[in-house]
Amino acid sequence: MTMDADDESLLEALLAGEHRALARVISKIENRSPGYRELVSELYAHTGDADVIGITGSPGAGKSTLVDKLAEEYRDRGETVGIIAIDPSSPFSGGAVLGDRIRMASAVGDMDVFVRSMSARGTLGGLSTATADAVKAMDAFGKDKIIIETVGAGQNEIDIVRTADTVAVLVPPGSGDDIQTLKAGILEIADVFVVNKADRDGADRTVQELREMVHLGEESGLAGGSGGHHGADVMSGSDAAVEATADEDEGWTPPIVETVATKGTGVETFIDELTNHRTHLVDSGTHAEKVRQRHAEEIRTLLREDVHSLLEDELADSGGIDGLAEAVRLGETDPYSIASDMLAPVETCIENLETETRGDGSSQE
Amino acid sequence: MSSEQEAESIRCLVAKVGLDGHDRGAHVIARAFRDAGFEVIYSGLHKAPEEIVQAAVQEDVDVLGISILSGAHDTLVPKIMDGLEEYGAKDDTLVLAGGVIPDEDREGLKEAGVAAIFGPGTSIEETIEFVRENAPQR
Repeated sequence: MTMDADDESLLEALLAGEHRALARVISKIENRSPGYRELVSELYAHTGDADVIGITGSPGAGKSTLVDKLAEEYRDRGETVGIIAIDPSSPFSGGAVLGDRIRMASAVGDMDVFVRSMSARGTLGGLSTATADAVKAMDAFGKDKIIIETVGAGQNEIDIVRTADTVAVLVPPGSGDDIQTLKAGILEIADVFVVNKADRDGADRTVQELREMVHLGEESGLAGGSGGHHGADVMSGSDAAVEATADEDEGWTPPIVETVATKGTGVETFIDELTNHRTHLVDSGTHAEKVRQRHAEEIRTLLREDVHSLLEDELADSGGIDGLAEAVRLGETDPYSIASDMLAPVETCIENLETETRGDGSSQE
Repeated sequence: MSSEQEAESIRCLVAKVGLDGHDRGAHVIARAFRDAGFEVIYSGLHKAPEEIVQAAVQEDVDVLGISILSGAHDTLVPKIMDGLEEYGAKDDTLVLAGGVIPDEDREGLKEAGVAAIFGPGTSIEETIEFVRENAPQR
């Protein structure tokens, strides 16, 4: 892949540590502007050094405040920090108010804490790709720690947060039955649990309930504990057989940390647990497996999106989707027939490719 | 929708700077911008010029809207403009000012690089229209 001169100098500026260049590259990624793919593809060579941490939890759990304190503590330890704060956007106007920045006060005046707010632009699926690419940009820029912060609301958020090596799930005290509702999906992805606002009533009980849940999960192998990311994997529907073995966090029991983010209490313990998990990943060899799996997912997503856009073009050539939909409405045809007809030339193409390349060992998949 | 299509959105930073606790106007603007389909980052109250610059640069905003009702615009706005220049962001950021800004001060602010000043009584539509037409093409 080749880049044009502008992107070339932009990449150089980013690698040289210019903040503006990093900001501009992330914009290009978000906008999917021409040339962004070449840019990201060049970035890959410079990545792999950063520690990526995902933080998720229900709205009001204190994510932004905790992230702020986390960044402050990392800075005190002399490490540079990149933060990607994700907010939902309105599905109607496409607009969004990104407010996480307000609570990130300690990052102020310190350009070595790079905070970037992102929102879903229309397609939610695209956000996890954009987030992963933005992480690459920050990694290449030289950030030591990259924190992704997102509301834990559903599958898309889980996909986003899985870009991280270590995932922390925030649980506010007094959640009680909320823990039950959290169970589906969000709890399984936790490598570390944080009971924030631990000075409030009910914190002890929440810790207790979480502890029970973690242990139950360990015994049944279904949730939390050694099961790791099973739930999320099954839902994402990709190669289950591969990932079941790949995602086994052998021997890691998610610790439960109590914090009071507004006062900074417990933040050091939290960081220690994050470090422990990182060490565990590397020592057990799970890290390499995780990274491999993440790249596999990236390749799949890219292929899916590329094929999708190819088909969009074909769709436009054959008169656009409205005409086809109208034909279905009038009972002239059905969606399955249309899909088969449209895919037929693609299938023929692939078959031809297979015959052509047979023998030289290169796979077309 | 092709996933390869460009998904550009106008990004705005709505900023409150200095010792000025009146943020109703900023809230109204932030909300109206959001409803117009823009991505809005709200700075929160009592921000120093450096904080505004940091946010504008890191978020790579197309538009910076500064709301000032304290009367300190002649001091604060030039500081922000200088900061933007330092990071090479002055030329392609559309800077707007809103709030109580006397007529005699407007010329000075425009010279400092403010593209437009929207005083009391400006309609929201007018502001949104101005942003749509003047947001920098990058």
